[in-house]
Amino acid sequence: MDYQRYFNAAMNRRRFLQYTGALTGSAFLAACASTGSGGSGGGGNSSVPTLTQWYHQYGETGTHEAVLRYAKQYTKANVKVSWVPGTGNEYPDKVRAALLGSNAPDVFELPGPTVDQVKAGVIEPLDDIIADVKSDFLPASLKPLTINGKVYAIKMINDPTFVYYRKSMFQKAGLQAPTTIEELISAAKKLSSGNVKGLYVGPDGGVNALYLIAGWASGGDFISQDNKIAFNTDRMAAAYSKLHELNASGGLLPDAPTFWWDPSSFTQGQCAMQWCGLWAMPGITKVLGDDFGIFPFPALDSQSQPATIDGGWAEMVYAKGKNVQAAKDYVKWLWIQNSQVQIDWNVGYGFHIPPRVSISAQADKLKTGTASQAVDILNKYGHANPPLWDSTMDTALTDAVSNIVKKGANPLSELNRAADKCNTELQTLLS
Amino acid sequence: MQSLSTPPSAEVLAVRAGKQQSVQRMRQRSFKITLTFWSFIIPLMLGLTVFFYIPILWSVVLSFANARATLTPTSFVGFQNYREMLGDPEFTSSLVTFTIFAFFIVPTTFACALGLALLVNSIKIAQGFFRSVFFLPTACSYVLASIIWKMSIFNGSFYGLANAVIHNFGYDPIAWIATANPPWYWLVLVTVRLWLQLGIYMIIFIAGLQEIPRELYEAAYVDGAHKGWQTFYNITFPLLRNASISVLLLNVIAAFQAFDEFFNIMSGGNAILARPPLVYLYKIALSDQNYGHGSAGAIILTLIIVIFTLIQGRFLGFGRSN
Repeated sequence: MDYQRYFNAAMNRRRFLQYTGALTGSAFLAACASTGSGGSGGGGNSSVPTLTQWYHQYGETGTHEAVLRYAKQYTKANVKVSWVPGTGNEYPDKVRAALLGSNAPDVFELPGPTVDQVKAGVIEPLDDIIADVKSDFLPASLKPLTINGKVYAIKMINDPTFVYYRKSMFQKAGLQAPTTIEELISAAKKLSSGNVKGLYVGPDGGVNALYLIAGWASGGDFISQDNKIAFNTDRMAAAYSKLHELNASGGLLPDAPTFWWDPSSFTQGQCAMQWCGLWAMPGITKVLGDDFGIFPFPALDSQSQPATIDGGWAEMVYAKGKNVQAAKDYVKWLWIQNSQVQIDWNVGYGFHIPPRVSISAQADKLKTGTASQAVDILNKYGHANPPLWDSTMDTALTDAVSNIVKKGANPLSELNRAADKCNTELQTLLS
Repeated sequence: MQSLSTPPSAEVLAVRAGKQQSVQRMRQRSFKITLTFWSFIIPLMLGLTVFFYIPILWSVVLSFANARATLTPTSFVGFQNYREMLGDPEFTSSLVTFTIFAFFIVPTTFACALGLALLVNSIKIAQGFFRSVFFLPTACSYVLASIIWKMSIFNGSFYGLANAVIHNFGYDPIAWIATANPPWYWLVLVTVRLWLQLGIYMIIFIAGLQEIPRELYEAAYVDGAHKGWQTFYNITFPLLRNASISVLLLNVIAAFQAFDEFFNIMSGGNAILARPPLVYLYKIALSDQNYGHGSAGAIILTLIIVIFTLIQGRFLGFGRSN
């Protein structure tokens, strides 16, 4: 029967295609599986261990080449550098996801370690590396990196934040740098005219920029020394209600194409002041020359001090990697011993402060002018939260501050509600 | 009739051999067919299992465990995660948020898609062109549209498109996304989703409209019905029932799963203003690394969607023949 012959022939061809397809498919799967189990050290020296290192994509030109250069300079290991893209929380999310799998980087940077990571045993304590030079770091630098008395990360860069202001606009309006939040609000109001506004603190009314800073500026703290939630106080409530006042004053630039960490609104003259960080100083100097100054976020009143955050990034080591000791040696070489790398990385491309105080004193660019003012601000008023302050508490506080700033909710009751949530979280972490 | 004692004749043997051969061939063919079937299905099943069923199962397991910063938890806590999520005021307010969102977007999309379908279907010339033009935004990604809406159209500065337009009417610039009172951000969120998904639902309605036989209309005109609202209300809309139900169902499920535009437009301190469940669960699972809570929340959300869909199907008679 003809159709049967046709059927047989077609089936044979089809069967051939199926089997080859299945073969290539399984070969592909097998290939994927093998690369997952840690690739061999490419074309490098096979007598030294191979390490993988992740950086987030720094915006400044020359940073990528610099990290590759440092990795090549290190001869005791083959370091493969990954330059991971992503804005905001994307890079930290990627790192945390990688730490759960089998392909975690040996050395990676994060803003800081978390208690959960220590409990899960994925990060290595680095006390032995830092022991000799521990006093050379600011307490605010070490605080977010220390869990249960052990240091889990080495700070790479220190980033303080403060307010940039246009000296010419201030002179024209006859204003001085504000020393209290009230003065800041009236300055912002006075400097707003037409399309130019007094102050830019981000497109969300300053919540993301100032939700911690305003609290510190009232003299309080978020987690006390004896591990208790401490931010639901009257003074904190007063500071946040000042933020609400700032929003309602009409002196804020309501929106801009970029977030507060980019100084474009300031350099383009859309605002007289902007909340930003040290990293923006070179860009601002290029556009405005010396027509700018800085002042820290002012105190709530005479009973407290101005405040800034000791932000930045820190290097950590994956505890379950294959070459933990080699990774620790590399981190020690990079961020403890090699002062040239530390200065180059901090001021060569972007603008940050080397965390080791003795080394930051050696950097020429930080010795004069507004840069040295920034170093001063960090040393005098720098704050940080301990790792017990985790992202759940962060969200609870941000939500409370958003409600206060945007909806005018009662500050103390919002803070109390957030404090309850944070306390539940804190008890879970402490257990 | 052959007795068992006499040997079978040659013809009988030939027939028997022929029958055996054909049975064998049939078995071979059915074996080949079965083999073909499985060799096509297995890669599909493999992919489905690895990327779909296993994660869902794992998620259910995680939801009963204390899984913080680990995907292989060691301590199981029963229904505690569920209790904590249902008692979490942020989670319940996120459920309220997406109910409000569904309340805005579903009727609006339904009405606009239906209206657009009626208009496009009644065009005499270049109907294909207009169908394509309205369908085109579907090809645009939600993220891209969200960014354009946030930074260009509804930018809170004086030079944003919307602000420039209202400036012409003498109004001050509004911070569309950052203002809590009045809640202008709903306008931004609803319009971006409307623009993006109008095309698909319009196409569904057009397909439904084209199934309505023209004789019904002609018969109605003969009986004296007026063109317009009367024929629409009495003929068109009832016969569009299946299309309407599909559109409603798909719309509601899509609204439940809203993530992209909320994540991209309401960022930073603005997030609290409109945070649907998926954005909140994303934060809990991936930023806070609390996989137990995140999974429990996801299961709760899934159950809500399933129950709602079943109720809606029951109520609207989905699948019942006309």
